[in-house]
Amino acid sequence: MQIIEDGNTAAALGVRLCRPQVIAAYPITPQTPLTEKLSEYVEEGSLAAEYIPVESEHSALAVCIAASSAGSRVFTATSANGLLYMHEQIQWAAGARLPIVMCVVNRAVGAPWNIWNDQQDSISQRDTGWIQIYCADHQQIIDTVIKAYWLAEKVSIPIMVCYDGYILSHTFMPFDLPQQKKVDAFLPPFKPDYALNPDEPANLNTVTLPDVRVDVHGELAHGYMEIRYLLQKDTRLALQEAAQAEKRFAEVFGRGGDPYIEPYLCDDAEYIAVGLGSITYQLRVCVDELRREGIKVGVMGVRYYRPFPDKVIAGALKGKKAVIVFEKAISYGYEGALASDLKSALYEYLAGTGSLPVIQNYIAGIGGREIRTDNLTKALKAATKGRVAQEPVWIGLKL
Amino acid sequence: MQSKTNILNLPVEEFVHPGTRACSGCGLAIAYRVGLKALGKDTILIVPPSCLTVLQGLFPVASTKLSCLNVTFASTAAAATGIIASLKTQGKEHITVAAWAGDGGTADIGLQALSGAAERGDNFIYFCYDNEGYMNTGAQRSSTTPIGALTANTPFKGKLQQKKDVPAIMAAHNLSYVAACSAAYPLDLYDKIKNCLHLPGTKYFHIHIPCPPGWGYDPRYGIKIGRLAVESGYYDLYEIINGEFHLTGASEKLVEKRKLVPVREYFRAQSRFRILSDEQIADIQKQIDEKWEGYYKQVE
Repeated sequence: MQIIEDGNTAAALGVRLCRPQVIAAYPITPQTPLTEKLSEYVEEGSLAAEYIPVESEHSALAVCIAASSAGSRVFTATSANGLLYMHEQIQWAAGARLPIVMCVVNRAVGAPWNIWNDQQDSISQRDTGWIQIYCADHQQIIDTVIKAYWLAEKVSIPIMVCYDGYILSHTFMPFDLPQQKKVDAFLPPFKPDYALNPDEPANLNTVTLPDVRVDVHGELAHGYMEIRYLLQKDTRLALQEAAQAEKRFAEVFGRGGDPYIEPYLCDDAEYIAVGLGSITYQLRVCVDELRREGIKVGVMGVRYYRPFPDKVIAGALKGKKAVIVFEKAISYGYEGALASDLKSALYEYLAGTGSLPVIQNYIAGIGGREIRTDNLTKALKAATKGRVAQEPVWIGLKL
Repeated sequence: MQSKTNILNLPVEEFVHPGTRACSGCGLAIAYRVGLKALGKDTILIVPPSCLTVLQGLFPVASTKLSCLNVTFASTAAAATGIIASLKTQGKEHITVAAWAGDGGTADIGLQALSGAAERGDNFIYFCYDNEGYMNTGAQRSSTTPIGALTANTPFKGKLQQKKDVPAIMAAHNLSYVAACSAAYPLDLYDKIKNCLHLPGTKYFHIHIPCPPGWGYDPRYGIKIGRLAVESGYYDLYEIINGEFHLTGASEKLVEKRKLVPVREYFRAQSRFRILSDEQIADIQKQIDEKWEGYYKQVE
């Protein structure tokens, strides 16, 4: 059924379809309408879940961690400083291998205070052991939430479903609302290998030594390093499971595509613009315009940021003259984190082949600074004429 | 409260294995062992980093026979909320959820989450085992360290501030049950746990825990020192049931006896109070006497 709703409602409807049992959240702009919707669903009885109005984001994830450890499907959502306040718990959830799904409604982080959109919040959580998926429209938001539960529970790794604040969260767009019975067919109830209970006592997340250790039955148990290695190994394997999720989803719902990247006019392109989230759809407008001028440009949206689909990305960018990376975040003291990751992937697969593209890094839309399409087109066009600058270039900066 | 339990009818079933990693003479080892007996098998525990994390053992060995979730320092009570919510959706509300945190994890870094859970009225028992300092990290001050105590980060002048009254803070949340206990009176702790199990919402226990390395005394004197704290009227055993305060056990008996042991004996038994001057002790003695005059008046 096609409906027209805002992005937060798309997320809330997606969450309800997944039948979470415990939801905990602390309001923060621009996530607020999402959690308000969920509390509405719970109070009106259209969602059979416990909604916990916690006193902080740190506690929101604490509730999710504990409820997930006790065997429940859980959900939380946040933005910006709320996500940063969770940072300790984010790492904990990944280390404990809990399949938590969290929506991150992307917003700039303080200081100074700023409530508008960029992606510094989720990008700064890159190395926490969570899977990160970026959405470019409302259909992707609702579909990704559903796929995220399937994947998280398959690989026992938590997932952030990221979408741009306001640009997606507060704008209305038509999208297809999946049917409950189809979601139920796609996503079976959560059945963890172990859930805390008095009949099979276990002590979870105890102090674990640097080295392996024999248990009381004489069996060798993992050391901390083995546990953390398995998190890395399984996160890489999650790339394959993501393809499986996409395939199964397409079978049930009849839509989907490349799970990792979203290419637009890339096949014959000489220059590829790359980004995360809604900016990649704006870049399509720029590409259409430059194509009319005869410049062969394409856009590649990166959907999975962690695990990073390096091989797929390198394959898609092989032989291109330039890769122009537009980012709403920066790793201060160097460049955009996505640009660094792209360079790393290209070096890995294309070094020595003579087909390494030039990489130009643009920083745009920081703290909600309006990204004008004509500025974006200008920047993109400039980069097709050769490297603009060694350092990342900030679009629209008024200094 | 009716005290029914004695050493002969205390259940023999143990939920803490012998040979834990607790320091010798650890007051927590006593309180935890007896506390788990009262909580019983159908319990899920939550523990933040603290001395108890050490006592519990190193993976893959556990010293506790009950299910336990180790959580981050500031999240103990919120984690309890999560388990309660999950059990509710599974129709397993008969399971007791019990959090055990130290004074740092309760009075300091964990206070926000505890206040949040208490305000929501989440149905669990929260135990603060108060050894009056960050003992697990080498005996630094906490907000429940008493005035005058030397700690690793108040090394020469001693702590200059008063002990934070956490049970009073919790009582201000209008809880169904708040109790002050001591590891030196484990049966009082046992009876109080049994007494509150059926009560709704959040139940708060504050347990005074003598700590040989942190307080500076020979491990064999732990019970004696814990009792001196109570017998001197310095630390009181009480319950607040639905807002109604009354002294219990040994503290209740002190009201009848009207004879407190001089607090000097308590201070002089521990090296952490060695810089307290006679004047300072006299001042604290005066405060204790005034507090007890109030108790005596309540009885009259």
